[in-house]
Amino acid sequence: MEFDVNHLIEFIPEINSAFLETLYMISIALVVAIIIGLPLGILIFITDKGLFLENRVANQILGFIVNLIRSIPFIILLVALIPLTVALVGSMIGPTAASVSLSVAAIPFFARLVESALREVNYGVIEAAIAAGGTPWMIIKDVILPEAKAGIISGITITIVSLVGTSAVAGTLGGGGIGDLAIRFGYYRYDDTIMITTVIILIIFVQIIQLAGDKIAKVVNKK
Amino acid sequence: MIEIRNLTKVYHTNKREIKGVDNVSITVNEGEVYGIAGYSGAGKSSLLRCINLLEKPTIGKIKVDGSDLTLLNKSDLRLARLKIGMIFQHFNLVSQKTVAENIAFSLKAAKLPKEEMKVRVDELLDMVGLTDKRDVFPGQLSGGQKQRVGIARALANNPKVLLCDEATSALDPTTTKSILNLLKKINRELNITIVIITHEMDVVKDICHRMAIMQDGRVVEDGPVYDVFSNPKEELTKEFISSVVSFEIPETILKHVKGTIVKVLFRGDVAGEGVISGTLKKFNVEGNFLHGSIDYIQDLPLGIFVMELVGESNEIQKALQYIEKQSAQVEVIRNGI
Repeated sequence: MEFDVNHLIEFIPEINSAFLETLYMISIALVVAIIIGLPLGILIFITDKGLFLENRVANQILGFIVNLIRSIPFIILLVALIPLTVALVGSMIGPTAASVSLSVAAIPFFARLVESALREVNYGVIEAAIAAGGTPWMIIKDVILPEAKAGIISGITITIVSLVGTSAVAGTLGGGGIGDLAIRFGYYRYDDTIMITTVIILIIFVQIIQLAGDKIAKVVNKK
Repeated sequence: MIEIRNLTKVYHTNKREIKGVDNVSITVNEGEVYGIAGYSGAGKSSLLRCINLLEKPTIGKIKVDGSDLTLLNKSDLRLARLKIGMIFQHFNLVSQKTVAENIAFSLKAAKLPKEEMKVRVDELLDMVGLTDKRDVFPGQLSGGQKQRVGIARALANNPKVLLCDEATSALDPTTTKSILNLLKKINRELNITIVIITHEMDVVKDICHRMAIMQDGRVVEDGPVYDVFSNPKEELTKEFISSVVSFEIPETILKHVKGTIVKVLFRGDVAGEGVISGTLKKFNVEGNFLHGSIDYIQDLPLGIFVMELVGESNEIQKALQYIEKQSAQVEVIRNGI
């Protein structure tokens, strides 16, 4: 194994654009996961047994869909979603195309994290809101979400970290990004310099995300 | 104000049916403080939670202020709940919202305009004595202060009824006292009907007008608090009351005493000591006090004396009859040895 600094300097523009591609893919997938996964997680929670919008049919259907997507290995999901990807972005390669399947995978993942964050909310507080005559919408907006805020932020952190890993897989099908670079150069071409650099970048990136996520979750929590 | 008729609540657990509440009927009058006491698992909490339909009764009717809650649809039930305040053992405040925001939740539920909301929140904070804690988060408050916020939230929409679910059980004695005084004030000044469930008989003694004792989902005894305390009929009631009004004499004392042991109970304004000294003068008996206490329930004194009477048995009989005539209650615990 050898580390060639000149080789690295030569490669900086490529690493740079790969890193931006990774950020781009993850950002899109994260935004979609929050927009769709958050309401989905809330729905699964409040339609569960004993909750104020209990609905067994809806709860089981939503739970089934979430489990279904989550049980498919990402690489298979990636291939299976090619028609959808082409229909949506007109191409099956590149970071934009990769973000379609990343989003589809991230939605149920984040929804489950939201659901478990909501389960941590003290039920007595929800009950007090029901007794006070609050509407379901008020109870979600003014009680459940504020109480679960720190847990949801932790869920976002976990989702980002997991997306960093999944985006590398998407890279193998021409998705681009830092993981793709690591696999193409470091793995297939035995380019140790690129491999070590990309892995270090990913380690630092994940550490920063985790530290920042924990810090934010702590600061917003008034408990 | 509250009418509970033939209420039964059945819980299903592991294919077994448990009757949490078993055919209970209770009427709570307007302006009254009604206490429901019992050990944990007696069904008192289920009963209370049926009053605002946090638990749906399996059978039975719940009427609050004339309307049968079991017949209302979801949105009407929500409106009915605005007029039924509730406070909890563990306060159940939203930890991520300030004191003012917690109270404002109830007002928001009643769709009060924003400007009026601020005025009302300040009014409520003033009533519970927390004006300086307006923008503080519940995590920074003591237990008593949290319960005060709970009370302000429960009273926000001028309810007719306040339900208290073990509201003082998580508080120390001094704080309990101050919360009970606040509840008394609310009952008196705002004429709000209060239902309290508790396992602390001191709470019942202190603020309730009428009470019920529950066991295994049923009401075993009920009536005005003074009557239940001064003349308990059921064993369970006696057991509960003994924590406040003791009827027991230690075995060691009983061993040394040879005469007839009687318990004399004075209700209300009868001056107990006077009656006893009068009796001792009038008849040829000697008396020794073994135990005595005077408790005040609803500001009425309840005196209980356990004494030994020594003398001829017919003299003792006459003395006991005389005491009874003075509107006291006499019970012979043990005849002379």
